[in-house]
Parts: sequence; structure tokens; C-alpha cells
Amino acid sequence: MKALLSFLAVIVLILIATLGVDVANLHFLFGIIIPYLAFVLFVGGFVYRVIKWGRSPVPYRIPTTCGQQKSLPWIKQAKIENPTTVLGVIVRMALEIFFFRSLFRNTKTELRVGEDGPKLVHGSAKWLWFGSLVFHWSFLIIIVRHLRFFLEPVPYFVQLIDSIDGMLQIGLPPIYLTDAFFLCAVIYLFLRRLALPQVRYISLAADYFPLFIIMGIAISGILMRYFFRVDIVAVKELALGLVQLHPAIPEGIGVLFYIHLFLISTLFAYFPTSKLMHMGGIFLSPTRNMMSNNRMVRHINPWNHAVEVHSYAEYEDEFRDKMKKAGIPVEKE
Amino acid sequence: MYKGGRIIASLIIFVAFLTLPFFFNLGKANAGPDLPTYASSSDSQCVEPAAYMKANHMQLLLKWRDSDVRDGNSVYINSQGKSFDISLETCVQCHTTQATKNTVGVNNPALNTSDQFCVSCHNYASVKPTCWNCHSGPEGATK
Repeated sequence: MKALLSFLAVIVLILIATLGVDVANLHFLFGIIIPYLAFVLFVGGFVYRVIKWGRSPVPYRIPTTCGQQKSLPWIKQAKIENPTTVLGVIVRMALEIFFFRSLFRNTKTELRVGEDGPKLVHGSAKWLWFGSLVFHWSFLIIIVRHLRFFLEPVPYFVQLIDSIDGMLQIGLPPIYLTDAFFLCAVIYLFLRRLALPQVRYISLAADYFPLFIIMGIAISGILMRYFFRVDIVAVKELALGLVQLHPAIPEGIGVLFYIHLFLISTLFAYFPTSKLMHMGGIFLSPTRNMMSNNRMVRHINPWNHAVEVHSYAEYEDEFRDKMKKAGIPVEKE
Repeated sequence: MYKGGRIIASLIIFVAFLTLPFFFNLGKANAGPDLPTYASSSDSQCVEPAAYMKANHMQLLLKWRDSDVRDGNSVYINSQGKSFDISLETCVQCHTTQATKNTVGVNNPALNTSDQFCVSCHNYASVKPTCWNCHSGPEGATK
């Protein structure tokens, strides 16, 4: 049901773009205003979200430790799994961000039929890690490849990535490896949510919607490249116009392009309000980005208020004369 | 803010990356590719209608290669029943660059390392044709 709703939402988005461009002729709205709006919402929302997170105090030192803590000199410390230096934390974060190290540790727990009744077994589960890795890296390469539409002249590294991506030279225009990987990975991530009962149980519409919209973006892009070609020179003129702040709509770009653009704009505008903010959030994970020096350094709760105290010495200073008159003994004469 | 300096610095880097295309293209003209002026031809239409050629020229060339090199059939009959010699020479008869005639622009073929007529659009869209890996190009072909 949740999946179906998300699917319908994406279909409605596609219909809006199709009708808006093909029937209502709102090229200016879909080609210029909405993309600009989406970009502003994305950047503004992203910055707002991260600053909001940054303002919340982190009262406790809560790094997860996955290895030997720094201890006596003859006990070998796990310097990355239990870092006590900035370098260790940087390496740990880099492994997390580039290779999803904690997902690599993913395990599964199942009830299996044993000789005498059911048996609880634990095992490693790497498919999610592998699927996510393929998905995220393909996505990154695809985004870098798209810079060819936004930069003139096209820098060498973009051309290089482009040629590596199409190195198999299957068909014309050559099939990009990342296109295939990306689509497979998205479909796997979606089917995983449907196929595993536990995962389906916890999946929300907010989990399905990004998957469907990303799937829609990928499929519309693939259709545009290999099947129903749009005028790529006109597309680049539009893209360059946008980034040069002299937007103009060139003639004769197919409606498929506007569907692609509208889905991307929706994704960008939706991004800061969604779970996709893990892109910024991963850097702020307190269990990952803290040094494990809980006992080596005294950590003071950042929201500790300065408590006003009135010590006995101060009390005596204030009332010494009165105390003496009343015959109360004082510590200091 | 806690660790505010680092968070703000990271955000500035992030926004700088996102706005890179805005600065990269700052002050440049969005002129599009300079389309080369073709040698005049009595026949104004290419092998197939222009819209078809624009979208499918690469696949037509692939078909030509297979037809000529693999099947030994060197004549192409187009959608209007007109026949053409399968050869790059057929293309080059019209599609030759007269680099000097072009005005200097963003993507003037005259400024490119190669003066094949393909380069202005292909460079603009960053698509590298592999034709010239083997073929010697228009000058050699027309001699």
C-alpha cells in the first residue's frame, strides 16, 4: 500500500510534467522556474538542517568501539576501530563514507530447523552493503558525468570519467556501465524492501518514494540517451543558460527531458526534508566522529549551567559581625 | 553551536562545490556550438531528413559500417528511395569545414585541435566519436 502510494505519486509527477509541457506549454515554468526553485530549496534546506543539527548539544561521549581500546602499552590498540587521535577518526569516517564500513558488519539472524527443534543462527549479510555501494558510487559517477552539460569547455576529468564509463563501447551511443549498475541496484534495493517481511514491515512511504523517484529519473535518462533522443545541444544550451543566470528555453527539446528535469527538481526540493539528508548527517554521527578518549580526557556536559553557589566561607564573610555579636563561633576571625 | 567552526567550514565547501558551475561559466557567452558552414551543395537534404540525422546519425554510420565492411553492400537506399554510396566521402562532399569562414566564438572549429566538421557539436556535448581512430579524415578522403 505504502509502496503503491509512492509509485502513484511518482506517476502523478510524470503526468504533471507531461501535461505541463506538452499540453499547457509551460516550458518556462518547468525548464527554468522549477529548477531554480528546487536548487534554492535544496541548498537552503540542506544548510538549515545541518546548522540545526549542529546547534544541538552532544552531552555524552558515545563513540561505538569495535576494537581494543587504548590501554597499557603492551596491549595493541585498534587505532581505527577505537580511535584516540584525530587521524584515526578521519580514517574511520572516510571508511564509513566511502565504503560503508558499518553496513559491511551487517548480520542476519534466522531461526533454522535443527535436529532438536528450531535453532537460532547468526550470519553475515553482505548484499545490502554491496547493493548500497554500487548504488551510491554509480549515482556519484552519474552526477559527475552530468557536469558535461553544465561546464563549457568540458573539463578533462569529466571526459575521462565519461570515457571510462562507456569503455565497453557497446552500441551507439555507448552504453554507460553506471547506467546498468545503477538501475540494477535501485531495483534490488526496492525488491529487498518488498521481499523481506521484517524490512517490509518497517518500510514507510518515505522509504519507497525516493526509490521510485530515483528509478524514474534513471529510466527517463536512459530512455533519452538510447531510445527517444532529445536534442542534446539544445539541452546543454538550456543547462548553461541556467548556470549563467541568463536562462532561455531553446526550441525543440523533447518532453522526456522535461519529465527528467521535473523529477530531479522534485527530488532536490524534497531532499532536505527527507531521509536522504543522511548525506549530510553521516558527517555528524556522534558514534563515529568522536575520539574514544572517554577516560583519558575530562568531558564536560556542554549544557551544564553555571550554578550559583554560596559557600560557607562566603556566608561567614557576609554575616561575620552578626555572628560574633550573637556569640556564634566563626572559623576566621 | 557545538563544533560550529568545522560545521560552517564544511557547509561552505559543500555550497562551493554545488555552485561551481555558476562560477565556472561566469562571464562566458552561451553561444552554443559554432555550426560549420558547409560547402555549398545543390541538394539541400542529407542522406536522410535533418531531424533523423540529428538523432540517429551514429546509428546510421554503424549500419553503414556493417553493411559495407561485413556484408559487402556499398549502396545505401534511403527512406525516399534515393541511393547513396556507402563511404565517408559521401558525407564529406558536403560536410567539410571551412574553418576560416567561421567567426570566433565559444566553440569555433578553427580553435579546436581537429577541424573535422563533427567537432564543434561533439566537443560541445563532450561526445567522442571513434571514427578518426581508423579513418584518415576528410582531407585524406577527398584527395
